[in-house]
Amino acid sequence: MADKLLKPKELIDRIGYQPPQTDWMDTPIDIRKGMYCYASNPKSVANLGFPNARPWNPTEPDWKLPENWQQIIHDGFKERLERFRSFKVFMDICVRCGACADKCHYFIGTGDPKNMPVLRAELLRSVYRNDFTRMGKLLGKANGARPLTLDVLKEWWYYLFQCSECRRCSLFCPYGIDTAEITMMGRELLNLVGLNIDWIATPVSNCYMNGNHLGIQPHAFKDMLDFFVDDIEERTGVRVKPEYMKKGADILFITPSGDVFADPGTYTAMGYLMLFHYLKEKYGLEVTWSTYASEGGNFGFFTSHETMKRLNAKMYAEAKRLGVKWILGGECGHMWRVINQYMDTMNGPADFLDVPVNPITGTRFEQARSTKMVHIVEFTADLIRNRKLDLTPARNDYLKVTYHDSCNPSRGMGFFDEPRYVIQNVCNHFYDMPASTIREQTFCCGSGAGLNAGENMELRMSGGMPRANAVKHVRDAHGVNMLACICAIDRAALPALMDYWLPGVQVAGTHELVANALNLPGQNDRATNLRGDDLEELKAQAEGETDE
Amino acid sequence: MNKKYMVSFIAVFGLFLIAWAGVSIGLQWVFGVIIPYLAVLVFATGFVRRVLGWSRSAVPFAIPTTGGQAKSFPWIRHARFDCPDSRFDLWVRMALEILTFRSLFRNTRMKLSGGKLSYQLEIFLWVGALAFHYAFLTVILRHTRFFTEPVPWCVQLLENVDSFFRLEIIYPQFQFGLPAVYLSGIVLLAAVVYLALRRIVIPSVRYISLASDFFPLLLIFGIAFTGIMMRYVTKIDINAAKQLTMGLVTFHPTVPAGIGAIFYIHLFFVSVLLAYFPYSKLMHLAGVFLSPTRNMLASTRSYRHVNPWNYPVKVHTYEEYEEEFREKMVEAGLPVDKPLEASAEAAEKE
Amino acid sequence: MAEALVSLIHKKRSAIIAKWFDSTVHAYAPDTAAFLKSQQDQFANPVGSSTRKGIETLLDQLMGDMNGEAIAASLDPIMRIRAVQSLSPAQATAFIFALKQVLRDMFDKQLQDPGMARQFFEFAARIDRVCLAAFEIYVGCREQVFELKANEMRNRTFRAFKRAGLVAEPAGEEPQD
Repeated sequence: MADKLLKPKELIDRIGYQPPQTDWMDTPIDIRKGMYCYASNPKSVANLGFPNARPWNPTEPDWKLPENWQQIIHDGFKERLERFRSFKVFMDICVRCGACADKCHYFIGTGDPKNMPVLRAELLRSVYRNDFTRMGKLLGKANGARPLTLDVLKEWWYYLFQCSECRRCSLFCPYGIDTAEITMMGRELLNLVGLNIDWIATPVSNCYMNGNHLGIQPHAFKDMLDFFVDDIEERTGVRVKPEYMKKGADILFITPSGDVFADPGTYTAMGYLMLFHYLKEKYGLEVTWSTYASEGGNFGFFTSHETMKRLNAKMYAEAKRLGVKWILGGECGHMWRVINQYMDTMNGPADFLDVPVNPITGTRFEQARSTKMVHIVEFTADLIRNRKLDLTPARNDYLKVTYHDSCNPSRGMGFFDEPRYVIQNVCNHFYDMPASTIREQTFCCGSGAGLNAGENMELRMSGGMPRANAVKHVRDAHGVNMLACICAIDRAALPALMDYWLPGVQVAGTHELVANALNLPGQNDRATNLRGDDLEELKAQAEGETDE
Repeated sequence: MNKKYMVSFIAVFGLFLIAWAGVSIGLQWVFGVIIPYLAVLVFATGFVRRVLGWSRSAVPFAIPTTGGQAKSFPWIRHARFDCPDSRFDLWVRMALEILTFRSLFRNTRMKLSGGKLSYQLEIFLWVGALAFHYAFLTVILRHTRFFTEPVPWCVQLLENVDSFFRLEIIYPQFQFGLPAVYLSGIVLLAAVVYLALRRIVIPSVRYISLASDFFPLLLIFGIAFTGIMMRYVTKIDINAAKQLTMGLVTFHPTVPAGIGAIFYIHLFFVSVLLAYFPYSKLMHLAGVFLSPTRNMLASTRSYRHVNPWNYPVKVHTYEEYEEEFREKMVEAGLPVDKPLEASAEAAEKE
Repeated sequence: MAEALVSLIHKKRSAIIAKWFDSTVHAYAPDTAAFLKSQQDQFANPVGSSTRKGIETLLDQLMGDMNGEAIAASLDPIMRIRAVQSLSPAQATAFIFALKQVLRDMFDKQLQDPGMARQFFEFAARIDRVCLAAFEIYVGCREQVFELKANEMRNRTFRAFKRAGLVAEPAGEEPQD
């Protein structure tokens, strides 16, 4: 704890301090500042009807748990073992071979042994053995079993909110044990006794009541888009006109609200608006936005399966109400894991929608024939492939771009070549990072699964370090100055990460790059990019840097 | 000294003493017949119960780990076996996973350093695991010769292949009359030693290891060691041993005299392993087939997976939403389902 | 300049670096330290590899011309990661002093000679200077973390609030951003 003043004696003791050689079960929990997120606002918890809404503080000894919390967790555990084969199998079959141990970006960055995926899972497994297996009851600690004490519960809370559910470990596990799955179950259990974090609970509450994580009310949402319309006009000379909740439109578009609200995601949102305008002008395609379903992201996914379903329900409900043909989804990581692996099962079947067909190219999106929801990057890739977009990639020439594969589209969807195809068609300089850090082996931004708060900055910076390190490699080798991504959390989290590790590398959504290259009918000379920076200046600057 | 492996070591040594003492006081029936029968019974019921237990748990969502490019447009190359879209692809993925430990292999990075290809330490885990499992399998298959009469040709063939590497030193003065050396036994022993040493030597693996990780390794070491001893050093009466094992499988148990104590120790170790199996991590043998991140199709957007317990949840409907924000929406020019006046009238009537 | 000592160090450079690296990663839990030592891949183990690279150049600078920029550049990656891990300021910087102990252990015999001992004091003074530089970087990183904490929320939302007319600005001032 670097921020506490120590007495001289303590300080001297500290310098000689060596980490204890104790077994992990005997190493007491030490809740460190900068590594955890604040406890949730009781109002948000109450809004959602979650149990045990009260103010509490993780650094205080008393967490104000319900009287029978052990029973609640035990029963919840049992219920989840019956409901999720994944959970039950993963509790039983780990052989602790250690293949996952050094695959976690939080372990690599923080050096905390309990961030090894296997130990994170063992935190729950030890209790599972004690409560649910004969061997554990018989042999106790010799078999790796321990009862659920308050300290163990605190350890759960501390370490389950140091996992970004990125699934990198599951890729290397010979049995496919997925720590994300275990973390999700653990977080569900913690929620049963009211242990949540505010960075997740409050967005969930907002999304539930107002339609999006940030709690933007409908008129304010429209205001935000209106500002983008002004900005686009200022930069391109073209006034685009977004549609809202238009019944009978071709396509409903849903994107994470972060893009409507926070830089640099806002430029990605402008990119969407420009693309839709282009398609409408050229081909008459009608895309509508909705303020009710104005959140693609789903922090419910970081809370519980039930909450995920409650928030996700709006997508199909709104598509049905508006009578659109199919849904188009914006650039977002966990949103696409939810859409790809959960939505249809939870809230489908979407038999009131058509199998998505791009009316401009005639392409039938076979890969989405059941969910009826298409990723905007594959939609754009299809347009580019069929030469339906008028592009001037030279406007992005001052950029040397690399691409960060977000965890969820990578290991929960297999979405790798579409974004690369799009980027390489709108940018002339593209350089991939080393193979062991991209595609299915990609490193997390360090802030996923609801951990992109401000107070846990140390965790984010250390967890994002492996990613930054790989970006550094291409920056040093090729002069990369732009990190492209397809995830709103990335767009929110990576700028801080780059500021800390690699100042000067910027972050952009893929559709910002698309829009910068896209020629709108009736546009001006496009002397600036969407951020309003002068292209000539940027180019001169970039060339100057290369000359050095 | 690390408590975890000492505990396991003491446990295995204790088992050895029990068997040895038991046989010396004439409990051959107990160790040759009763305990093996019990062990098989415990193994079979435990195994089945565990697998049934897993299969009783629902699979609510299709959550495969996608390890490569998903099926997309025809012009994008699909990584079929990493992101399977058809039953066939899935079978291949599972087969590669189960037969070649493919995910574990991902772990190994090959590196070019100074023009030379060098493997990092991790490859030894993969090699060690493969060696261990295949040697164990061969040993088990080879042992079917003790439970069949006549011995099927395929078992004999396996034996011949396994003992392909013969070590015979026959001098007139000195006969080191080794019978055909079975490679599998030696490999098994070596692999077990490697896997155990790994847990002791590599600090991070030592840190995560439990006593229950050392116990089966040491037990299997005991089994392999006694087996090898029986074959090459303190030879036992093979025919008598086979009489006993044939008696067990034909349910006419007999205990012929003159089989050495070491045989009973071997058999007791095997019995303990069998009985321990279903209640331990060794169940990964069956679990790997049931792992939802590996055995499910990645075609989750093109086929709907059904959740058996999908229950309705409380949602915030559009009607409630419009009710709350109607005025602001109308003011901002957003379309509403019920115009302001109509909803006001409706409210008045109530 | 401590020429005799420097040439001694030169001869044993890789052994010294190995030992120094060992005591550097001692700040971490034993299994983590072992991972940092054993994994050679710079992408799988960025902390270990950048630490190793850093101390190599540091040693060369200590033996050479003590170029301030080069020292800062090699310290930066080490201190930057230490500043966001759960290490106290003392733990984060202690590794630099550890070099003294490494040298003392390695050249125990040679340092009996008074001339050599004097050279060692000179060299130790250089080590102290490096430590001050490290502390400077450490504090800079901590400040940056706090700045990021303080500013991120504002950066994320300020523009939106401003556009929505929720932020009152003193008239005549240049708009931020």
